[in-house]
Amino acid sequence: MLLNQFLLLGALLFAVGVYGVLARRNGVMVLMSIELMLNAVNLNLVAFGLQHDVVSGQVFALFIIAVAAAEVGVGLAIVLLLYRNRRSIAVDEFDLMKG
Amino acid sequence: MWILENAFLIPLIPAVSFLVILLFGRSVIGAERVHKVGITAVGIVWILSMIAAVSWITQVEDATSSKADDAEHALVSVNEGLSASGSGAVDGDLYLAAEDDGHGSDDGHGYAAGPDPVISTADGWWSSGGIDFAVGTLVDGQTVLLLVVVTSISLLVHIYSSEYVKGDRRFVHYYAFLSLFTASMLFFVMAQNLVQMIVGWELVGVCSFVLIGHWWEERPNTDAAVKAFLTNRVGDIGLLVGVAILFGTFGTFDIDSINRAVGEMGSEVHFAMLMASIALMAAVCSKSGQFPLHTWLPDAMAGPTPVSALIHAATMVVAGVFMIGRLYPVFFEGFSIGTSSINLMAFIGGFTALIGAGLAFAQWDIKKVLAYSTVSQLGYMVMALGVGAWTAAMFHLFTHAFFKACLFLGAGSVSHAAHHTFDMREMGGLRKYMPHTYKTFVISTLALAGIFPFAGFWSKDEILLGALKGQESRYLLMLVFGCVVALLTAAYMTRVIWYTFWGEYRGHGHPHESPKVMTVPLWILAVMAVVAGAFNLPTPVLELFGLERFAHLVQTYAEPTHYLNAIGLSHPGPEWEMAAAGLVLALAGIAITFMYYWRNTGPHGLTERNRYAKAGYTFLEQKYYLDHLYTDIVVGSIKAPIARAANWVNNNVIDLVVNRAGEGARDSGRWVYRWIDQGTIDNTVNALGSGADAGGQGLRVMQTGKVQNYGSLLFGTAAVVAIVFVIVL
Repeated sequence: MLLNQFLLLGALLFAVGVYGVLARRNGVMVLMSIELMLNAVNLNLVAFGLQHDVVSGQVFALFIIAVAAAEVGVGLAIVLLLYRNRRSIAVDEFDLMKG
Repeated sequence: MWILENAFLIPLIPAVSFLVILLFGRSVIGAERVHKVGITAVGIVWILSMIAAVSWITQVEDATSSKADDAEHALVSVNEGLSASGSGAVDGDLYLAAEDDGHGSDDGHGYAAGPDPVISTADGWWSSGGIDFAVGTLVDGQTVLLLVVVTSISLLVHIYSSEYVKGDRRFVHYYAFLSLFTASMLFFVMAQNLVQMIVGWELVGVCSFVLIGHWWEERPNTDAAVKAFLTNRVGDIGLLVGVAILFGTFGTFDIDSINRAVGEMGSEVHFAMLMASIALMAAVCSKSGQFPLHTWLPDAMAGPTPVSALIHAATMVVAGVFMIGRLYPVFFEGFSIGTSSINLMAFIGGFTALIGAGLAFAQWDIKKVLAYSTVSQLGYMVMALGVGAWTAAMFHLFTHAFFKACLFLGAGSVSHAAHHTFDMREMGGLRKYMPHTYKTFVISTLALAGIFPFAGFWSKDEILLGALKGQESRYLLMLVFGCVVALLTAAYMTRVIWYTFWGEYRGHGHPHESPKVMTVPLWILAVMAVVAGAFNLPTPVLELFGLERFAHLVQTYAEPTHYLNAIGLSHPGPEWEMAAAGLVLALAGIAITFMYYWRNTGPHGLTERNRYAKAGYTFLEQKYYLDHLYTDIVVGSIKAPIARAANWVNNNVIDLVVNRAGEGARDSGRWVYRWIDQGTIDNTVNALGSGADAGGQGLRVMQTGKVQNYGSLLFGTAAVVAIVFVIVL
């Protein structure tokens, strides 16, 4: 069925995103991986919207895109400031909260 | 009559004087002027007492004269008259108790029925256990007699002291307590009920204690004060018990009611009265220095000499005699004075008179001779009361006060002259240096010895007469006591005269006569020692001069006839042979001593040669070993076993208990420390701490600070939860 394929694609994208968030050291790459996960969710929302023939799935997807844009803006600003202060954007180097 | 109803003013004035002197004496009045306050206060009181005496005599006159007209009628008018005069002035309710009639002048006892005592009471002094205690005054002839005695002697002693105690380190204190003593004694003699009587009784005891210990820097003086106080306490127990018995029997503390009730109930209450009498007799023994509690009185001479004159000769020590006289129906019934031939009171009195006179021979201290003489004379009074001679006892109290005060003040004057010694061995020949003291001393000695016509002769004669003829002549044994004492009294007083005023001066320095402020009181007292006997002269004597109406003044005016009639006392008529015998005995006593000392005949040195005589002398010198009996045997035997027992109890019981308690507390403390505190609480707290620490250490590993680790955990957990959901659902 068509829905299954969308869902599998979404799951795949999500898994790639998770991997990217957890495994990449580069802060920009982490942000990009978060985008992948968000888009995987968008794909699911749109697919379910089609399935149930409601428009709210697509509306939610649009909201997420907008929020994700804001999120990336904040995230990139943080990465930029990190780079300015520490000359590095490797996320595993920032462990000041270590217990 | 106003003063009789407001008699409370009489003790109030010296009481105020006491407070004024004590509080303002040093600061406002000035220490050298306080005696003026005291003398003024006592002077006023003396005048009031004289007015009271005159008022009372007038009242008796009224009562007896109207009695002659119509007995029933007169009583009503007397009562009305008194009520009318009293109603305006008295705060409390004045009442006059109903006349105990049926015992008037016509009942054959020879009593004229006098007026009732004037009783003023104010209710609500205090109340306890549902009993209201009234406070008030009871004024009758006996009270008036004592008022005159106390205020007269007190006034003279106040004046005399201003010179004798001048410059003393506690002059203010001395006068304050002299005033308080006067107030207490006056309060005592007009006590309306037994509770007031106890208060007055204790107050004079306290004043006596304070004044004996006046020079407390010297150890013997404080010892004497404590001894006097403690000995008096022994008797006070008797007083409390006696009062309790009387209250239990009659349900009232009112003296007048009790006396009347005893008169009415008679033998119904005999046993209770016997118990009360014995208890009260203990009080008399302590206060009036009767055997066996007389030992404090000679030691009380440690106080200043005017105090000895005032307290320990003339006034305080007669409190016991006064108390017997006041509650006479109780004793009369209790000791069966009217029907027995010997009783406790008469025997104690007679025996005390005898041993006191014996002891006076072996003393070298002039004041101690006089003190034992006082003991002896008080014994005389008690003996007189014991044989039913109420009037004779009161009359002797009256005359004795004057000549004994004179003797004591004379002794003080001698000591003042002879550089403050009282030892007769350091005196001698003083008649040449101090003629006034010598003359007054001799006059008083003759009065004490009972030589005609001095005061002591008349009162002693009445006592002997009472013993001879009173109560149907059953008390002849007491007469023997009385006669022997009369002989001894004359003898030991002559001895004092010899050692003090005759022979060569054996002291040091130059003796001199005392100033006028001391000799004038001496002369006044000496004059009283001569004339005081005139207050109760027997009728036959006065018939010689055509003055019958002045006969038996004390008997007429002082007797509480309303209850003496009820118990049925009678007055013996005068007896020439008895009077002559008494006089001969006294003269014989003087003559023997005169021969012994002045003519130097007789067995001189007998006490050194004959061992029986020596033993007897030592026996007297050691005061019959009574002090040893009390301190060594009685106190010692009680003290030592008690002390040992107390020590044993202390060591073996109390210490043990305390130690065991301590050990137990220590052990349980240790156990608690080890097992509860350290074992449980500390371990719990530590375990909580270390558990938290370990938990923190464990969890710390997870807190890497790396975002990706947190993310891994988040997603791993989410994955696990998802798998669980998938499997379970």
